[in-house]
Amino acid sequence: MPSAWAFLSRRHGRIRADWTDWVTYAYLMLGVLVMLLPVLWVVLSSFKSEGNLLEFPPTVLPETIESVKVEGYNRPLALFRVKRDDGSEVLMAQVRRVGIRAQMVDPANPGAGRVVVPVERATALRKVHVSTENYSKLLATASGRIGSSVYNTVFITVVATLITLVMNSMAAFALSKYRFRGSNVALLAILATLMIPATVVLVPIYLIVSELGLNNSLWGVILPGLSTPTGVFLLRQYMLTIPDELLEAARMDHASEWRIYWRVVLPLATPALAVVAIFSIMSRWNDFLLPLIVLSRPEVHTLQIALAGFTDENGIQYGMLLAMTTLTALPLALGFIFLQRYITTGIASTGIK
Amino acid sequence: MNGIARAAARCAAFALAAAATTLAAAVPQITFEHFNPEGALVAAKFMRENPGTRVNFRQVSFQSLLESLPVQLASGQGPDVSMLADWGSLTKYYLDLRPYVDARYFEREFGAILPALRGNDPGSKAINGLLGTLTLNGAFVNVTLFQQAGIALPGPGATWDDWAEASRRVARATRTEMPMEMDRSGHRFASLAISYGAKLVGEDGSFVVDEGLKTAIRKFVAWHRDGTMPMDLWGAVGGATHRDNFADFMNGKVVFYFGGSWSLNNLDTEVGDLFEWAVVDAPCGTSSCALMPGGGAIAAFRHTREPALAGRFLAFLAREDNMREAIARRPAIPVSTRLLATGVELPGASEPMRAAIATFTRQVPKIPKEAYVFQGWRYQRAALNSMTTRISQVLTNELTVERAVAFMKKDVDLAIQASKR
Amino acid sequence: MSGGTQRVPRWIPWAFLAPNLAIIALFSLAPVAINVLYSVTGSDNLYPSERPFVGLDNYRTLLDCESYLDPSSCSRDLFWRALGNALVFVPTQVLAMIGVALLTAVALNRDIRARGFFRGVFFFPVMLSPVVVAMTWVWLLQRDGAVNGILGSLGFLKVSWLADPTRAFRWSVFVTVWAHMGFYMVILLAGLQSIPADLYEAAKMDRASPWRVFTRITLPLLKPVLLVVFILATIRSVQTFDEIYILTGGGPGSATKMMVHYIYETGFAVQPRNYGLAAAASLLLGAVLLLFTALQMRLARGGRDA
Repeated sequence: MPSAWAFLSRRHGRIRADWTDWVTYAYLMLGVLVMLLPVLWVVLSSFKSEGNLLEFPPTVLPETIESVKVEGYNRPLALFRVKRDDGSEVLMAQVRRVGIRAQMVDPANPGAGRVVVPVERATALRKVHVSTENYSKLLATASGRIGSSVYNTVFITVVATLITLVMNSMAAFALSKYRFRGSNVALLAILATLMIPATVVLVPIYLIVSELGLNNSLWGVILPGLSTPTGVFLLRQYMLTIPDELLEAARMDHASEWRIYWRVVLPLATPALAVVAIFSIMSRWNDFLLPLIVLSRPEVHTLQIALAGFTDENGIQYGMLLAMTTLTALPLALGFIFLQRYITTGIASTGIK
Repeated sequence: MNGIARAAARCAAFALAAAATTLAAAVPQITFEHFNPEGALVAAKFMRENPGTRVNFRQVSFQSLLESLPVQLASGQGPDVSMLADWGSLTKYYLDLRPYVDARYFEREFGAILPALRGNDPGSKAINGLLGTLTLNGAFVNVTLFQQAGIALPGPGATWDDWAEASRRVARATRTEMPMEMDRSGHRFASLAISYGAKLVGEDGSFVVDEGLKTAIRKFVAWHRDGTMPMDLWGAVGGATHRDNFADFMNGKVVFYFGGSWSLNNLDTEVGDLFEWAVVDAPCGTSSCALMPGGGAIAAFRHTREPALAGRFLAFLAREDNMREAIARRPAIPVSTRLLATGVELPGASEPMRAAIATFTRQVPKIPKEAYVFQGWRYQRAALNSMTTRISQVLTNELTVERAVAFMKKDVDLAIQASKR
Repeated sequence: MSGGTQRVPRWIPWAFLAPNLAIIALFSLAPVAINVLYSVTGSDNLYPSERPFVGLDNYRTLLDCESYLDPSSCSRDLFWRALGNALVFVPTQVLAMIGVALLTAVALNRDIRARGFFRGVFFFPVMLSPVVVAMTWVWLLQRDGAVNGILGSLGFLKVSWLADPTRAFRWSVFVTVWAHMGFYMVILLAGLQSIPADLYEAAKMDRASPWRVFTRITLPLLKPVLLVVFILATIRSVQTFDEIYILTGGGPGSATKMMVHYIYETGFAVQPRNYGLAAAASLLLGAVLLLFTALQMRLARGGRDA
């Protein structure tokens, strides 16, 4: 035990912890809370029943009010502890409550009639209860819409990422493994698109997509973003480190340039490809504005649009909205937990440029 | 058999086939689009009564009616008969039904609606379609809260101010969070505006800024300032986004909610007997007790190849017994003169629902002309968006009332300009 | 380079580049030119051939103001409000973002345990889609939400966070920083870790205070990375749309309406769609962006010369 403490508190080669270390840890812990709690709260809330969600102040854990089946009422009634005038408490079941008064019955003796109880005299009997009704309701009423939007999003993400990988690596291959006139111009042109804000080209992109007949088609979302300057740049930098001798050897064996690209260079560039793939998946899964403009019919909506516009005939249902938010965040969150290392190193290396 | 007989048989077969194809081609058919699946039932009944015709029903989403239909019509395609998302923007495509229907019947029964379907063109006498059922803006009240507070409900003829005052007192007595709420929608606000004398649409077809509109805005802002209405709905969101908090009413958090008759079915099933609710007569302003109408008009289009059949189908839809059937299936507000006079049977509907429909039915004759004109105006949508945006800006102190109405006019003028070129 | 490249026909590299260049030409370069075309034509038709030429009318409408300091005196007041919002939002949000990112990176750069875990936690919101981020905070900030719940348990009254213009603005800054800070933190952390440790050793020998170490060693060596981070953050900040669109919808009123929201609204969300005005506004936005970026590079160069 003492050695563990010494181990934990080893700082800067000294035995005792420095005040800056405590401040650092405090700041980091605070950061963890601020970063994680909001999302955890949404996930927790998605497991609360509708009544629970309406309560204020909100309960930390999903809870419900205990209920009991009372003779003569087809719905189970909520149990309350009611304070009587003489100070004693009795258990009562609530029939209905509006405003400041509630109608209650004695669950053991419902025939005795209803009693009107002022609300401040009654406290509910609560218990922790994880409710999956939001998820079941969501899947029951909107499964068609969610299903199609999940499919659309997956389609866009997978297809776009695959094409991006191929296209960008082809361009990176050309720019790294060949010396030719105009290579610098091409590289500059590709990087220059970084400076064009997506919003400056919103309307024309909509026009071009419409002219191509891809309005309300998933390809209308896939095509515009296929060429990623950062992807090309990353791959190029990586491919520059691949020794040219390998290519020479392949050429001696009469391999075509395409074979060299496909069989020699590409497999060696897998780490960079992985980073580009992750970037692409992240960006495509979370893409909002372009799909919002190009895809107006509900059948082709992506998950993000479906989530943003999630209402049914009855207006915003918070329970189902929370469930849907959780489900939308889930895939990437899980992927992140497993691939954190790749993602963060990839971004670090791009930034360092 | 010899060659002649074989040839004769072949000729006969050919003639038979030719006759069959001509017969099939001769069966007139039309496509009918609506977002309510019950359209299939209506189409089936029509085909039963009119053998030898076909009505192909297609169920489409409201979104598609709003966005795809105009595009289809612009390129000369689209269904023969369809429900319309708004009354006034597609008038140039409507088929004049005058030659195909009983004109006097239509004028008598749908007299108030027809001018709106003509795009408010005063010179036209066209009969462009009909309205099966009407939707109306509605004032929903939580009667139980009034009872608990011991305050009497204001009666018919009560003004908006009366209702605001009563709601405030009830909210205070029952510790309810919100006295009054109104959908975040220019369409709802228009009811308030017209009640205080706003004309909204001028003779020249442009947006009108008058004292009535300004008074309504001033009152609306005052209610937000003194806590009668919460800022969450109109104040918190920006732009022209449509939002409603009808769930607040269904959960007993608000005393008076100004929304629409389309919420009735949902209200009935969700609330049940949790508390007593009612629809009340239209609150009044200085000029009228206005409620904005709406609802899905149904029209036939000029490009149809079977105008006579389309006309017959629409006449069928307008027939009294069919309208009664439709309303009995799914409680709604009748619109034709005769049904308004006699009322409609609603078997299986709950007591509060019946009372609500009866109240709504009573309000229909009181709808002022300005409301219909506004609803049928080609630029209504631009005006609604602008009103919602600018009023929010007044609520957040970005604009004064004077500047806000000036901007409303400018916004709509810009929209008219952009679509004229 | 080996002589092998000479055996390869000239067109090969271009063949490999072709798909990329085609996409860029079609979806990045051509649109800029087309945008200019849109901005000088009118009507609500989408196809340029059907649009009448109006010269600089759209720009005139946008820039028509009695007083540039008062947006409500302008013809297109919402454009100027959005611009005004951007001029406050961008510096505030970028400074907040980089400040927090730098602070966190410095904290993580120290000899602490579980660095990977902390780094992951701070980076985590970057993975969430803007819609999820906005929905999360809408849920937390609503009238009966968790934030008010905590306030209530501490004895304070409920606050309607997003219904007040100033508060909504501040929350917009907070939420966007919350969502994207991790991205810049990772870059800055990598930059910090590339600073050779012996420089710090030497400073410790000289008994330099932490503040001196930071300003004399860390910051100067971090400058190139900081510049990159500032520029990236600015470009993103000027184009903020997704989270705020869902969080506040541009409200209350137009307090959190950003430039991209204005363009989206004008060109796509209203009937009839005013493509000309949206195009003109977006070109002006591009100009603003270039201005910001140029300013930053100038400041950086100036700093380096000093």
